[in-house]
Amino acid sequence: MGRDVLLIEDEPNIIEAIRFVLSRDGWNVQTHSDGRGAYDRVVDLRPDVVILDVMLPERSGFDILRDIRAGKETAALPVLVLTAKGQSKDREMAESLGASRFMTKPFSNNEVLATVRDLAGP
Amino acid sequence: MIPFNILVAVCVVYVAGLFLVAFVAERRAANGRSSWLRSPLVYTLSLSVYCTAWTFYGAVGYAARSGLEFLTIYLGPTLVLVGWWWALRKLVRIGKTQRITSVADLISSRYGKSNTLGVIVTLLAVVGTTPYIALQLQSVTLSFSVFAESDTLGWAPMDLNATSLWVAAGLALFTVLFGTRNLDANEQHHGVVTAIAVEAVVKLVALLAVGIFVVWGVAGGVEGMMDRIASSPLAQTRFAGGRWAGLTFLSAAAVLTLPRMFQVLVVENADERHLATASWAFPLYLFLMSLFVVPIAVVGLASQPAGANPDLFVLTVPLSLGQEGLATLAFLGGFSSATSMVIVAAIALSTMVSNHIVMPLWLSWQSAGATVSGDVRRVVLGARRVSIGGVLVLGYLYYRLTGGSEALAAIGLISFAGVAQVLPALLGGIFWRGATKRGAVAGLVTGFAIWAYALFLPSFGAGGVMSAALLADGPWGIDWLRPQGLFGFAGMDPLIHAMFWSLLLNTFFFFAVSLSGFPSPLERLQGAQFVNVFEHSSGAHGWVHGAAEAEDLLMMSQRILGPEKAQGLFQREAVAQGKVGYLPDTTPAFLERLERELAGSVGAATSHAMVGQIVGRSSVSVEDLMAVADETAQMMEYSSQLEAKSEELSRTARQLREANEKLTELSVQKDAFLSQISHELRTPMTSIRAFSEILMDGRTLSEAEFSRYSSIIHEEAIRLTRLLDDLLDLSVLENGQVSLNRQPGNLRDLIDRAVAATGSLDGAGRLKINRARAAEDLALLTDTDRLSQVFINIIANAQKYCNAAEPELRIRARRTGQGIVVDFIDNGSGIPKKSQSIIFEKFSRLSDRNAAGGAGLGLAICKEIMQNLGGDIAYLPGQGGAAFRVRLPMTEAQAA
Amino acid sequence: MKAPARPLFLERRGYRSRRIMDASRLLPVLGFLLFMVPLVRQPDGNGPTAGYLVYLFSVWFVLIVIAAILSRRLRRATGGAPEERP
Repeated sequence: MGRDVLLIEDEPNIIEAIRFVLSRDGWNVQTHSDGRGAYDRVVDLRPDVVILDVMLPERSGFDILRDIRAGKETAALPVLVLTAKGQSKDREMAESLGASRFMTKPFSNNEVLATVRDLAGP
Repeated sequence: MIPFNILVAVCVVYVAGLFLVAFVAERRAANGRSSWLRSPLVYTLSLSVYCTAWTFYGAVGYAARSGLEFLTIYLGPTLVLVGWWWALRKLVRIGKTQRITSVADLISSRYGKSNTLGVIVTLLAVVGTTPYIALQLQSVTLSFSVFAESDTLGWAPMDLNATSLWVAAGLALFTVLFGTRNLDANEQHHGVVTAIAVEAVVKLVALLAVGIFVVWGVAGGVEGMMDRIASSPLAQTRFAGGRWAGLTFLSAAAVLTLPRMFQVLVVENADERHLATASWAFPLYLFLMSLFVVPIAVVGLASQPAGANPDLFVLTVPLSLGQEGLATLAFLGGFSSATSMVIVAAIALSTMVSNHIVMPLWLSWQSAGATVSGDVRRVVLGARRVSIGGVLVLGYLYYRLTGGSEALAAIGLISFAGVAQVLPALLGGIFWRGATKRGAVAGLVTGFAIWAYALFLPSFGAGGVMSAALLADGPWGIDWLRPQGLFGFAGMDPLIHAMFWSLLLNTFFFFAVSLSGFPSPLERLQGAQFVNVFEHSSGAHGWVHGAAEAEDLLMMSQRILGPEKAQGLFQREAVAQGKVGYLPDTTPAFLERLERELAGSVGAATSHAMVGQIVGRSSVSVEDLMAVADETAQMMEYSSQLEAKSEELSRTARQLREANEKLTELSVQKDAFLSQISHELRTPMTSIRAFSEILMDGRTLSEAEFSRYSSIIHEEAIRLTRLLDDLLDLSVLENGQVSLNRQPGNLRDLIDRAVAATGSLDGAGRLKINRARAAEDLALLTDTDRLSQVFINIIANAQKYCNAAEPELRIRARRTGQGIVVDFIDNGSGIPKKSQSIIFEKFSRLSDRNAAGGAGLGLAICKEIMQNLGGDIAYLPGQGGAAFRVRLPMTEAQAA
Repeated sequence: MKAPARPLFLERRGYRSRRIMDASRLLPVLGFLLFMVPLVRQPDGNGPTAGYLVYLFSVWFVLIVIAAILSRRLRRATGGAPEERP
């Protein structure tokens, strides 16, 4: 166990909730709360799963996703996209950019946990 | 006999009355109730500054010496006024569209905003007006001495010099008080003009009263008077043909070029239509002023001892016949004539001196940034006040130098001939596009030099400035250079001689140099603007789209026009461009308009230079201008009709495009708004759901975790509630469904309440509040709860975002013509220009939300509240820190 | 704004106002000529002043009256709204 999750999210309370749920399950949770520098963090850390919020200060989650898919080493990384906007066009956008999964806030903790486990694979 | 003290007392009471009139007029004008003050009647009466003490006393003396010749001085202006459709109408229109402040400004502006010309005309005007002011001082002093001589109670022999000094000082004070109160010369001097109109009535009534007394009281009616005229020595005076025509022409020229006449005719003109009334009413005034001149002269010659000064017949005739009351009235009439001339002339000259001499010097001493940082207003006002004093000192010195001995008429005519030198450049400038700056300079300098050499300097008398030998034999004995016999024209009347040569050579050089040269682009454009003023209503082309920073321009303009006026100007422009706030795009059209507004305060040349400093170049490139000029000429000459049509088509297309853009934008905005709401609601809900699931899990949590997580849920629930409240509030306000609870209140109490609610009272809290409590004492009738909600929001924003080391918020309130204005200005780094336009939008948080803790609806709500209260709130750029201006309309600001 | 194209012929009202403008342009010329009459007729020596006085003041007054009539007509003809007192 002890696998890494990188959580890119700017709302501190949501960070705390996800960190609690995942750490209890044995995950090693790293966070980044800014759009800028997020992709560098992904490259440095090489996590097993990335959880990515769309509405971020400075740079949108979609742009970061685009970078991840464009990067040679990160192209295959599993990314779970979270958004609070909840419009169908956001889902379409996320899928067209290559999001592995897409979830709308508010989410169920168990669902997030299950999805992360699923994405990380055996 | 009238004791001296009583005479002085009468003067003082009269002047105090004028003060009162001027003061009341200023007050009414400031409150926007100036309609009757600016009627055609007042305009016509103000033109009477033409009739100075020279008319009042001098015309009778003139008639006694030279017969009917005095009439020429009034026939010339009559012709000009009656022919207003020719020149005056054009001058007034140009004055209005180009915001001309003086005759020097007109010439300077016409010839490519040349300051050289401004300086030349200013000097000419100062030199030409000085003798005239001396003349007024002399006549007031003489009129005092008349009472002194005939006094049997033996008042102490009067010191004439001291009297004239006191008169000069008093006039300077009056002029400074009412002539330099407001800066914009185009704002016009309501107080002064009204006082002048009152003086016009006094002098007319006084002269008519003396005349009626002389005709019916002394000569026994019209027939008796005609007999006396026929038998008086006055009837034997010969008609000097050259002088008759020459002086008619000269006085016609003077009414156009005298600085004080230009001031009342053009600068103080409130409505072009007043000119139509003045075209016959002012000649009527002159007619009435001249009507009794000959009768008074005839009776004076018959009744006064030989050798009595005929210039004083208006006073001495009634005095010697025991009519003391009438004499006192006549004295007041003369006093009015002198004072009104001096006041208006001093205002006109001081405007020229400050705009064309002091300001350019000051500008060249300052570094480029000074237009933004220096207090230009104070400099300009100071310069004007000093100039007024200087002009009166010059007049006094001239009076002392010439010994006050000359006949009044002679001095007046010297002045006329001096300022008439402006005529070729003036008329050439407004009727002939080919007139150039170099031509104007050549003509003016030539005419001025000949006038000074042949007329002005000899007026100090042989042995004065020019030696007797020089006057008799010419310089170095060269006969044809004799000052009063140039080119062998000996034996001519000196005045006609000087006028003939100066104006002839002036005009010759003006045309010759203009024809041989090529004007600069700016001159050509200004020339077209002036000559075709009735066809163009657009402004002078000058600024090609530049990168001028609107904020810098606003800062500079605030310093010249005053903050309120400058902000109003920028705001109107921004609204006209379809923008919100105070910063319009610096389009060429806007720069031109701004330049003209500033020209009203500091003159065309200076204003051009100041805007040039900020825009980054002192003029447009020649290619740019030539392109514009060629284009304009072509369009005008070949295809004005086609142009109009295609313009209309493109205008329609533009309107359609704008409407379409607006619709698209609205739909985009609506989508974005829904998506924003969704985001703002879902974010706290996410935390609530996540933590409540954690709590529900039932797995063991530590006591600390348990209480922390439940408090997060609580906090987020509150945030959600507040957001919903704000949204509902905003929707109610936006739909105008809000019911306002208007109640009386006091602005100071409201601000107190707001400061207390944000916990910043008495230096408590991080933010220091700096207030001017005395000025806040303003009564309100408004929804006080809503208004304080706005104040609280603004103060809370300053608490959150002001990033100064020692944050301070200045709150300044004041009443304006439209209502109440409250400014909130902090000392932080302000809001970046690109964000200023969006801060009043919904959900427009600028920095990260956690520091703010709100949803970004506060300012949007403030804006809606203010709109519901009939006022508004706006970001005020250029104040250092972040600054918000709250405005309440008059109806919400109860009259105190 | 560009100057609108000028039509070749004006309707009656426009024609009238043009002629009133012409009249007001000519008025000062007429006045000047009349004021200069004393120059042409040299005095015959015996006190012409009283006569000229009456003549000049009469011409002056007539000029004022004509100017008043013209300015009133001009204002109406050029479509300037009459000056109103509130």
